[in-house]
Amino acid sequence: MSVLAAMLTLMLLAAVMAVVSRPLLVARKPEESDTPRRSELEAEREAKYREIRDAELDYRTGKLSQEDYEAVNGALRAEAVQILDKLESSEGGPESSDSEGDGKVEGDQAVEEDRAPDPAK
Amino acid sequence: MAQLGGACLILALAVCAYGIGASLYGVRTGRPEWSESGRRSVYALAGILTVAFMVLELAFLRNDFSFNTVADTSSATTPTFYKAAAVWSSQEGSLLLWAWLLSLWSTLILFLTRKRMRDVSAYATAILLGFGGFFIGLMVFYATPFATTDPAPAEGVGLDPLLRHPSMMIHPPMLYSGYTLCIVPLAFGMGALLARKVDAEWIKATRRFAMAAWLFLGIGIMLGARWSYSELGWGGYWGWDAVENASLMPWLCATAFIHSLMIQEKRGMLKVWNVSLVLATGTLAIMGTFLVRSGILSSIHAFGGQTLGVPFVILIGVLILSSIYLVSTRRDMLRSEHRLDSLLSRESIFLANNVVLVGLCFVIFWGTYFPLISEALTGHEASVGPPWFDRYTVPLALILVLLSGIGPVIAWRRATLANARRNFVIPLSFALVTLAVLLATGVADSKPFALAMFCCAAFVLGSVGQEYWRGVRVRRAIAGEPAPLALMALVKRNRRRYGGYVVHIGIAVLFVGVAASSSFQHASELSLSPGQSTKVGAYTVRYVRPTASVTPKYDPVHTGSTLSLGAILDVTKQGKHVTTLTPAEDFYDSGEPAQGSVAHLIGGQPVSQVGIDGGIKRDIWSAIAPDIDTPRLKRIIEIGNKTIPLVRPDEGMIAVAVMAREYMRSPPPAEFHLIISPLVMWIWIGGAIVAGGALIALWPAPSVVRARVSVRARSRAARRLARA
Repeated sequence: MSVLAAMLTLMLLAAVMAVVSRPLLVARKPEESDTPRRSELEAEREAKYREIRDAELDYRTGKLSQEDYEAVNGALRAEAVQILDKLESSEGGPESSDSEGDGKVEGDQAVEEDRAPDPAK
Repeated sequence: MAQLGGACLILALAVCAYGIGASLYGVRTGRPEWSESGRRSVYALAGILTVAFMVLELAFLRNDFSFNTVADTSSATTPTFYKAAAVWSSQEGSLLLWAWLLSLWSTLILFLTRKRMRDVSAYATAILLGFGGFFIGLMVFYATPFATTDPAPAEGVGLDPLLRHPSMMIHPPMLYSGYTLCIVPLAFGMGALLARKVDAEWIKATRRFAMAAWLFLGIGIMLGARWSYSELGWGGYWGWDAVENASLMPWLCATAFIHSLMIQEKRGMLKVWNVSLVLATGTLAIMGTFLVRSGILSSIHAFGGQTLGVPFVILIGVLILSSIYLVSTRRDMLRSEHRLDSLLSRESIFLANNVVLVGLCFVIFWGTYFPLISEALTGHEASVGPPWFDRYTVPLALILVLLSGIGPVIAWRRATLANARRNFVIPLSFALVTLAVLLATGVADSKPFALAMFCCAAFVLGSVGQEYWRGVRVRRAIAGEPAPLALMALVKRNRRRYGGYVVHIGIAVLFVGVAASSSFQHASELSLSPGQSTKVGAYTVRYVRPTASVTPKYDPVHTGSTLSLGAILDVTKQGKHVTTLTPAEDFYDSGEPAQGSVAHLIGGQPVSQVGIDGGIKRDIWSAIAPDIDTPRLKRIIEIGNKTIPLVRPDEGMIAVAVMAREYMRSPPPAEFHLIISPLVMWIWIGGAIVAGGALIALWPAPSVVRARVSVRARSRAARRLARA
């Protein structure tokens, strides 16, 4: 192996070792991620909000009758409330990462979304 | 530099082994720092493979023929444009491209999910590294791109002339991006099963990757079809070739998954089905790579040797068995959370669409692997041709297009018959008007399938057009915006829905092109001498005069050919000039001096340069097979072989020029293949619309400010929702 190739290989090896071993050498911050349960609930919440918006769009574009829309919308909103309740209780629990109310939620639309299900606005 | 490349591969293999171990140790012992280290192994792998790929690319661009791969697939005379693409024309280079792309996509998904799904990600990391390790292992033990020869040959063999086409610069990376992106949802699906966390989160994390896989595979398939149409000289864009089918199958499976995952996201249903589709899509992607690289089935697109068959078979076996094991042992967790509210709902239409797509996939799978199946059962290899595929796929494609029109007008969860009837009025009107016009004009009298496809496509256009119109109307009523702004806002707020509708339009347009071009084509294969003419459909084609060019700089697309013989064809309709076509056949240096000092200069595989006049209504397609075996031309070659030494290729080219002049002076009759195909252009336009729609659906939603949301605010939101 040529000297240049050997040197480049060693440099690459050193870089790889630095990248890979960093988590093992540096003390990990105690809370740097969302708790698994909360992530699941947030995924469910976003899916539910999307479903509410879709139902409203279906209604406004004439695909759902008033009666069906009210039934579907009521059921969806009840399910959304259940998810929000679970999120609230998960935040108050021991795993909470933002019990002080400063947790950042990726793509969070919670406050916005209570008006967001109107798709046309 | 080959040594650096080789060292990179060994280092990459070691990183894969370490990353797998670290990820599994971390997740099994609950020590996240080890999982984190495993995740970082993927980043490191991407870095190492980037270096390795650059080493190989530079070797091609620098004509470093000490690399066996470079000497085998490139040459000093290969145009630079094609040298860059020659990397993935070889077995070894394409394996490196595969592993490199996989490492890049893996890095992206693992970076995006670094703070979520710890357990699922850790297992997914191990699986992604397992795939990476497999391909790197192939390169280390079977087909290394960094093998060298000392002393290096003075010149390389050159790139396969068939691959000297602009779409070949993009087609393989697109297809391989699609294949490797298919592995991402597979890894996360398996990770979710292993971690026993089969909720909607892993789907949410990988949905865009599944869509990107679908988009890239689709673009790759379209580019391959375009290449086939304009390069292979048979006049078709799809021949049900094994390798074509191999890329179509994961695309069909991914199409089914993209639809059915919405049901799981919304309703918590179809978990077994979705995870099975994801696993099947990934496995089919590996099988696609296997077909191209193993050479197990004959195909014009297969560029691999037969050395990689056994490792691929083992990998595919492991994938199938582990998928079956994981799904069957986790079936309790995969139970649906809800049932279908109504048979008349979008969920039901999606289910029907899934059944058709999987049915199509099964038919194609059976037809593609039939030679292997028949050989295993009877000892004789038999194969099925396009008529067999058409018999089953045409009706299924019709149903699929029809469903893509029905879906948009049916509501989620439930729809009433009254609403459905009202929503079908416009789409049905479109279909019926189309039917009436076609029957009245007698255009499609004898082609029932084409007629049905045109009506189904009209139905889709009516259905999607109605959806857009109603959406814009609602938006205007509420926001008071002008129509263009309302349209943009509507799409912006509902990218998935309206992007998906655009895809449906694209598919309808594409199938109209397929139905028209395959049902109403006029073709003629005949021999013509200069001055002679023939009738093809409504057109008259006259062979005006031959053409011949010798040096590469006169090669119309600069592919590095040594001799190009062609014709000028004048096309008229009812006496009026329509177009002039210039088909040609290019001859290449074979790189085999044993053929003779002149003969080897034109002894390579000849490649058609098709003459096409494309239009929105029809394509006029032409190819020529000039006769260079005439006694006069053979005599020039024989004399040249005897009198010109091998070391004087410049003098050899003079002999080739003499040949060209002789060909022009007394041109022999040439074989022509002439085709008039209606609406071929619509296939490419449909493909572009599909890609555009997919990009709209893939594009991230407008950025939402990361709100700091307090517990109290959440409660308030919950109360408002409950009241609403």
